Amino acid sequence: MSVNRDQRVDLEVVANLIPPQSRVLDVGSGDGSLLELLQDTKQVDGRGLELSQRGVNECVARGLSVIQGDADKDLEFYPDKGFDFVVLSQTLQATRNPKLVLDELLRIGNRAIVSFPNFGHWRVRLSLFINGRMPVTKDLPYSWYDTPNIHFCTIRDFVNLCDELGATVEKATALDAAGQKIGLSMPWWFWNFFGQQAVFLLKR
Amino acid sequence: MAVLRARKTNNEADQPSSPVLRFGSDKPLKLDAGTLLSPFQIAYQTYGTLNDARSNAILVCHALTGDQHVASTNPVTGKPGWWEVLIGPGKIIDTNRFFVICSNVIGGCLGSTGPASTNPATGKPYGLDLPIITIRDMVRAQQMLIDHFGIEKLFCVLGGSMGGMQVLEWASSYPERVFSALPIATGARHSSQNIAFHEVGRQAVMADPDWHGGKYFEHGKRPEKGLAVARMAAHITYLSEAALHRKFGRNLQDREALTFGFDADFQIESYLRHQGMTFVDRFDANSYLYMTRSMDYFDLAADHGGRLADAFAGTKTRFCLVSFTSDWLFPTEESRSIVHALNAAGASVSFVEIETDRGHDAFLLDEPELFAAINGFIGSAARARGLSA
Repeated sequence: MSVNRDQRVDLEVVANLIPPQSRVLDVGSGDGSLLELLQDTKQVDGRGLELSQRGVNECVARGLSVIQGDADKDLEFYPDKGFDFVVLSQTLQATRNPKLVLDELLRIGNRAIVSFPNFGHWRVRLSLFINGRMPVTKDLPYSWYDTPNIHFCTIRDFVNLCDELGATVEKATALDAAGQKIGLSMPWWFWNFFGQQAVFLLKR
Repeated sequence: MAVLRARKTNNEADQPSSPVLRFGSDKPLKLDAGTLLSPFQIAYQTYGTLNDARSNAILVCHALTGDQHVASTNPVTGKPGWWEVLIGPGKIIDTNRFFVICSNVIGGCLGSTGPASTNPATGKPYGLDLPIITIRDMVRAQQMLIDHFGIEKLFCVLGGSMGGMQVLEWASSYPERVFSALPIATGARHSSQNIAFHEVGRQAVMADPDWHGGKYFEHGKRPEKGLAVARMAAHITYLSEAALHRKFGRNLQDREALTFGFDADFQIESYLRHQGMTFVDRFDANSYLYMTRSMDYFDLAADHGGRLADAFAGTKTRFCLVSFTSDWLFPTEESRSIVHALNAAGASVSFVEIETDRGHDAFLLDEPELFAAINGFIGSAARARGLSA
């Protein structure tokens, strides 16, 4: 759980991308909010992988199938195309090797859904540009020295990485500061500037 | 008193005070050792009521020195059942809701056929004439018991340590008969270090002159000293250094100063001696040899061409594994490797590691986080199985 939980407006966006009864692996399940939402509203066959023991125990106590594990190390144990969807929500930036993790997601799932905070958002840019300080926002409440988020990227960066990995972007959504979707007709640069969070549906 | 209890243990072997199911020569037990065990018997306890659909049965598998008296007073020791903190009316495993079955394993000494049981061929206790019993043999026998109850599919099979090994064997051998599996503080194989500790225990028993090559009953003796030492050594492995230090430190036992002798100066010595002494009152030495051997031989991956995932290929069973941070007998890594195998097999699996300093024995104790995990897992499995609350 690397981002302030109250701000998880992306959860519903993610849930809307998943059809009922799908097999879903949620990587970085946190306290199980997304899995529970998916089980309750979409009757999915859901599994989770979560780094923090506290989160895992909470999930299992809530009746969710979650194991303790590290996205950087433990994805290799999952079989190819074992899931319809693999979700990585607000966790990519906290992994040691985002490229490898994304590659694994595309291997394990028929589709991957990735959501992440956009480091290209204007507030972030402004904080660096005007104050010369690493940004601390509602969405990213950590100081540079204690943040678990070690690999930030912008929406443009992420699109480049998808290209590099041969992944097709089937759908992309950017959410502004109010959690509202940014119009589809807008160009990438606009998304990259005003999108506070991004949700991508990928396939390879 | 000790003699009385010893005799009682011995009686329990043939005529247990719990229900017992006897299989005649028409239903032999096929053993991994390559022979048939016949006749044989399984002593068991049940709690609660089997529903009409026979879908609410939970099988509890006991550990090395456990028995069928999981949730009722032990007839030998007079103590409460060994898992009463977890199982009973209104407990986490609610016997008002579930039908709980627990049987003494084959090779045990409280009523299922074991080395202390009378060998019908000789009229004397089997002793070492009983073939080596494996975890799979135990499970095969349990399966015959489940058949007796007319239960097609168990709602849950759970157990810790050696009980956990049986759970894994159940899920692997009879996947279609196990709806959910809850192996706790266990491994898919016994590690070299664990075999080493067991060997120390066995050698302690065998080094006792009263063991008589396993025929001690015929000599009117029991290798109590050897078995007590075995238990003392084993007991250390069930705890943790932190827990020992917290409980005993270097505290002296009923004395102000060191005695400069070999009495139990330290509380920990006195505690271990007590553990050893009370154990021999309730357990048969040969059975201890068989039980430890069954765990040593357990290697689920080896039974499936070296690939643990193949032991669970295509499984529909829902799994929840639990380990404890301070358990050095079955460290978390053992559970994790099972989890990885289950992942590779595409199984539904949960895995929690509980933070505690109480070591391996934590699974038998009142651990709120353990209970929360079991509660969550059982609850969601019951919903999936369509069992009403």
